[in-house]
Amino acid sequence: MVNILDRKKTAAQIVAGARNQEKMSAYDLINGIFDDFFELHGDRLSGDDAAIVGGIAMLADKAVTVIATNKGESAQERMLTHFGCPQPSGYRKSLRLIKQAEKFGRPVFIFVNTAGAYPGKSAEENGQGEALANNLLEISGVKVPVITVIYGEGGSGGALALACGDAVWMVENSMYSVLSPEGFAAILWKDSKRADEAAEVMQLTPEKLLAQNVIEGIIPESHSHKRVCRAIRKTMEQELGRLSTLSTEELLAKRYERFRKF
Amino acid sequence: MQLFNELKTLGQQHIKADKKAGERVPSGLWIACPKCHQSLYHKDLGIYQVCPNCEYGFRITARERISWLVDDFSELDADMCTTDPLHFPDYKKKLEKARVNTKLNDSILTAIATIQDKKFGLGIMDPNFIMGSMGSVTGEKITRLFEKATSEKLPVVLFTASGGARMQEGIFSLMQMAKISAAIKRHSDEGLFYLTILTDPTTGGVTASFAMQGDLILSEPRVLIGFAGKRVIEQTIHQKVPNNLQDAETVLEHGFIDAIVQRRELKKKIAWLLNIHEKGDS
Repeated sequence: MVNILDRKKTAAQIVAGARNQEKMSAYDLINGIFDDFFELHGDRLSGDDAAIVGGIAMLADKAVTVIATNKGESAQERMLTHFGCPQPSGYRKSLRLIKQAEKFGRPVFIFVNTAGAYPGKSAEENGQGEALANNLLEISGVKVPVITVIYGEGGSGGALALACGDAVWMVENSMYSVLSPEGFAAILWKDSKRADEAAEVMQLTPEKLLAQNVIEGIIPESHSHKRVCRAIRKTMEQELGRLSTLSTEELLAKRYERFRKF
Repeated sequence: MQLFNELKTLGQQHIKADKKAGERVPSGLWIACPKCHQSLYHKDLGIYQVCPNCEYGFRITARERISWLVDDFSELDADMCTTDPLHFPDYKKKLEKARVNTKLNDSILTAIATIQDKKFGLGIMDPNFIMGSMGSVTGEKITRLFEKATSEKLPVVLFTASGGARMQEGIFSLMQMAKISAAIKRHSDEGLFYLTILTDPTTGGVTASFAMQGDLILSEPRVLIGFAGKRVIEQTIHQKVPNNLQDAETVLEHGFIDAIVQRRELKKKIAWLLNIHEKGDS
């Protein structure tokens, strides 16, 4: 068992912490941070992906749009969400809600805990690549603040398509990488069991990513879900305050610059 | 009896193997098409390097492609070289080998080119450069191409070929997807035309970004187009998937590309598309 309060952790311990079963569910997180969450379903094209939860909620007295990847809690839910790996319909649902938020001037908050976009046969047939590509393209021009918190796993393009807005924060026990440490080890050493070593090489921890300016900051975690939610909420309010002072042109210029530097 | 004796004699005769015979026969004269498995005499592939049996376009270098594709071009950012941000084992050796094989410094060639006096921004990814993987330099060159095309009001034609993000550059590879997408959005918002042509293979982070962001998306015949690798899919769903799941022809059926165009027709089709999308003021 990883002690999530231990401040000096190896990359492998961070990975274990990010995947910890005790992580809050999407619903706990949303209801812990926001008030009056009203869930909205469907992508208006083909279905409703349970791996993406979205809707409207209140942050203080402001209406906001909230989107979260959802791993599910029971075994049945986990099957339904493919362990939190969104299908194309999930990414299309999130983009629909983001465009809706833009129309009504609502800021967007996205919470990410996914190993990646679902790599199944149906996902290929329904255009997983196109769905992710369209998110990246459209979100780059959305005229409201888009703020992301990675609260567990941030896996590759499936995470990036939900983390391409104005600010990305990570909680202490979370990871963000181009592929899983297992996959990395399998390619590099032809041995997926050396994932712990791979995690070190990959620089996937919040601290390393902050040093590279990939993220805006790190939110401390504790055993108390309530306290974590409070910490996230405080950060969300600060970020929204900062971004709300910008004109639309400034907001979009800064968003462009945020990725242009890499 | 005579017959039997002769056969016996022949069978028992010891023929000394000519070990040097192999050296006198040049290799690479006969090639098997990776798609239809037909054996082909190398000269039958022609300048376009296309299987005469199934129209599959072989994986060619960006320099080979540009040699028959355009009338004229001036290359951009040819000297840009990647660093090794993660100090990844053997990465530098790999890069060196790829540079020799492709005569490129990274996995894409970018240029301002002309076909029939139509000027446009051109990018050609090279599948022979670490499987066309997208590193920081790939991303930077594409972004600069779009920025230049946006400011000069030029259309962009991009040939994709990639195994996906380059894992040797970790998170920086991933960031390229967002960087390029934002530049494409600015280009698109100016009403400018962006044409992608998918070549073998187009997968992973490239499919999940600029390959699928074209106003029009064409593909060569029998190209592998997908997001996840076949092995990953099979491990995920614990089932065999059909061999043609990620063929261009299947992807066309599912509605994610506009048309499949044979390699020898590409130049003509590109010229036509550039022509009809020309902005009135230029």
